[in-house]
Amino acid sequence: MRPPLRASITLLLLAAALPADARVQIEHWTTQSGARAYFVETHALPIVDVSVEFAAGGAYDPRERAGLGQLTLALLKGGSARFSEAEVDRRIADAGAQLRDSFDLDRAGFALRTLSSEAERKAAVETLAEILQSPRFASDIFEREKARAIANAAEAETQPDHIAEKRLYALMYPSHPYGLTATPTTLAAITREDVERYYRARYGAAGTAVTIVGDLNIDAARSLAEQLTSRLAPGGDVALPPPAPPGPGETVRVAHPSTQSHVLLGEAALARDDPDYFPLLVGNYILGGGGFVSRLMTEVRSKHGLAYSVYSYFYPFAQRGPFQVGLQTRRDQANEALRRVRDVIAEFVARGPTETELKAAKKSLVGGFPLRIDTNRKLLEQLAVVAFYRLPSDWLDAYPARLEAVTLDQVRGAFARRIAPDRLATVVVGATD
Amino acid sequence: MISRQAFFIFAALTFASAAQADPREFTLANGLRLIVKEDHRAPTVVQQVWYRAGSMDESPGTTWVAHVLEHMMFKGTRRVGPEEFSRLVAEAGGRDNAFTSTDYTVYHEQVHRDRLPFVMRLEADRMANLAIRPEEFAREIRVVMEERRLSTEDQPRALLDENLLATAFSAHPYKWPTIGWMQDLQNMDWKDAQAWYRSWYAPNNATVVVVGDVDAGQVVAWAKRYYGPLARRAIPPRKAQSEPAQRGMRRVVLKAPAELAYVRFGYKVPALRDPAKDWEPFAIAVLVKVLGGNDAARLNQILVRERRIATSAGAEYELLSRGPGMVFLNAAAAQGHSGAELESALREIAAQVAVQGVTPEELQRAKVQLLAQLVYRRDSFFAQAMELGELESSGLSFRDADRIPERLKTISAEQVQSVAAKYLVDDALTVAVLDPQPPGRSASAHIAPAAAH
Repeated sequence: MRPPLRASITLLLLAAALPADARVQIEHWTTQSGARAYFVETHALPIVDVSVEFAAGGAYDPRERAGLGQLTLALLKGGSARFSEAEVDRRIADAGAQLRDSFDLDRAGFALRTLSSEAERKAAVETLAEILQSPRFASDIFEREKARAIANAAEAETQPDHIAEKRLYALMYPSHPYGLTATPTTLAAITREDVERYYRARYGAAGTAVTIVGDLNIDAARSLAEQLTSRLAPGGDVALPPPAPPGPGETVRVAHPSTQSHVLLGEAALARDDPDYFPLLVGNYILGGGGFVSRLMTEVRSKHGLAYSVYSYFYPFAQRGPFQVGLQTRRDQANEALRRVRDVIAEFVARGPTETELKAAKKSLVGGFPLRIDTNRKLLEQLAVVAFYRLPSDWLDAYPARLEAVTLDQVRGAFARRIAPDRLATVVVGATD
Repeated sequence: MISRQAFFIFAALTFASAAQADPREFTLANGLRLIVKEDHRAPTVVQQVWYRAGSMDESPGTTWVAHVLEHMMFKGTRRVGPEEFSRLVAEAGGRDNAFTSTDYTVYHEQVHRDRLPFVMRLEADRMANLAIRPEEFAREIRVVMEERRLSTEDQPRALLDENLLATAFSAHPYKWPTIGWMQDLQNMDWKDAQAWYRSWYAPNNATVVVVGDVDAGQVVAWAKRYYGPLARRAIPPRKAQSEPAQRGMRRVVLKAPAELAYVRFGYKVPALRDPAKDWEPFAIAVLVKVLGGNDAARLNQILVRERRIATSAGAEYELLSRGPGMVFLNAAAAQGHSGAELESALREIAAQVAVQGVTPEELQRAKVQLLAQLVYRRDSFFAQAMELGELESSGLSFRDADRIPERLKTISAEQVQSVAAKYLVDDALTVAVLDPQPPGRSASAHIAPAAAH
């Protein structure tokens, strides 16, 4: 049986935390070493999900050694003081557990899913605690993982979607670490000592958030959070500088033999603590976030058949994260598609949504809340955002009301203030004419 | 050999959650099957409508039709306008989408439990009243061509997979891609889509699966109200589709823009037909877990960790499928290593497991991983509905969901070795090799903002 095709790819909305169900009780505390811990107890399934995240994302990479953060994270799985790499692999697999790393501009960490039975849970959690707090960074494994990272970066540089995103980020963040992308050259410059230094500086308790959802009681959750953080160094919590204001709206075209041109537009726009957060979230749903029903989808796909996927999103980070618009279309249609996208954005920023659109967007976003937290794993992801970004403790409860309160004027005002259509950086990879 | 641990995980599988009930099944007078599983952990529900028609039911020349019809199902009925379906679901706070596979086509909505009757009414409407408008169809074909370019033409590894299947199968319709050949898309005719809809979209060719915070009796009543009035229709006879036995290794090479060589193997193996009697498919599932799917598995340990000739490696097998089964192995080269090296290493690993078998630790680990995944699946209403729908659409029963872990548990190391020896053989193998063609380093043009619009 073949992997199925989907009528539409899932479009990334604001990666926002959502309100707790009435039955969800959130506990939070600070561990002995100073890490933040969040916990939801639920015994409906014999599963425990744990997320541990550090302020060690791509934003902390040195410019000439871009990729250091992600390589460091990968090397944590390469063995600890007590367990060899193969032992780490076997202990996780033998417990029936799953260990996944995750990495973005701000955060680096792991999500562990394990059965809740004591023996399995303890084996899995002990292994995670070991690799987080006493990594070995053995030199032969360092060399192997570095070579893999270089190979994967070289592979990525042949693919049009990667090239487009790399160029767009460089344009959106010309002097900010959010704009960096690892290349074979920057990865080749990294030494094992760089990794050790980076680990000591960034994997400190003060920047760490532990989130736990599942089948264990509060005492077990507290001791689990201690086990994962008690041996972390202090520190690790450093504020990032804000990015520079948007540039002049440069357009870059990169030749590539692909059958489609990949078109991206964007600018540095939205931080986690931004007062325009909710108006921008609701407005973007109407512009290009609402799956099949957005303005961009209607214009580019439904009316003109120019693309399979067309979207816009805000990706909020600690500092201003990107507002990004993208599509892929047959090479000779790229200019037409770009013109239509720019017209839709300009029209939306100039006039804002209609009252009908705003009402529909709020119905969809508010009515769709329960779907954002209806599994343990989804709840873990939402809670991890609250924990990492120190969002207010009523963030989840207040969320639907804050969406509901968004007005037409707020959406218009927020887009007019924040998005300058003629200053969006633009990248086209594929055809250059 | 069953350890304490496998016993525990089996207990976890049969863990009686107060929130979850056993699935129940109903058949309406018009032949529509309904499976409902109550799960009260969250106030949401998923509905999936499974039509037993996929790309394996197509004919040469119209290899696009199952998937394009899926797109057209969002383009309106006699009552609902083009794109209205998704707009209505979105305004109800829901999410909707659909997917087409070789074996079936599935439409799904996730909503708050209060909106279930609403989305049942919408699905019932498009089961019977679809309006295919030629001008909408012509536009949607362009969208599907863009989808094909995005998902296949410009994705070297996806294109390689397409090449692998086109080489491995000479008679069975698994030889053409679900999205269809580009040439066939260029020769499309809306009347083919309409004929497809009239052939397969009938209540007696559909299974509706509902999982979530619902009362099963109430769901049956709604199903009777919305789906009940639809007329049963004659479904075209399904001719048995089989593939002649392969007698010798097959090979295909693809040149495409990439940096790293990549190799994908396909071995012809059986799929599960009779869960009570078949044992080979369960042994193959265990074997594939020994080879891939977690960091401790053999392909990763040998190719990536020890020999360092690959940057990644994996193994896949689908237990359930209407057509022939296949075990896939894959590996992406490390820099400086060739497809030929990966190919000989993969064949060596396959031969080794056939000759030497698997260790007790590997057997145990593979079973624990397989069984734990079944436990984790219960976290998601959507995943639970997928499991039930796949069983029904593959010719099995949703009741087999409980039998599968029991059978997996009984598989012995000898059985794993014997399926390796029987099926991981060169004569049943198709090798697909991506020969990478790094694109030239091209200069980019910077254009002044004024000229950009």
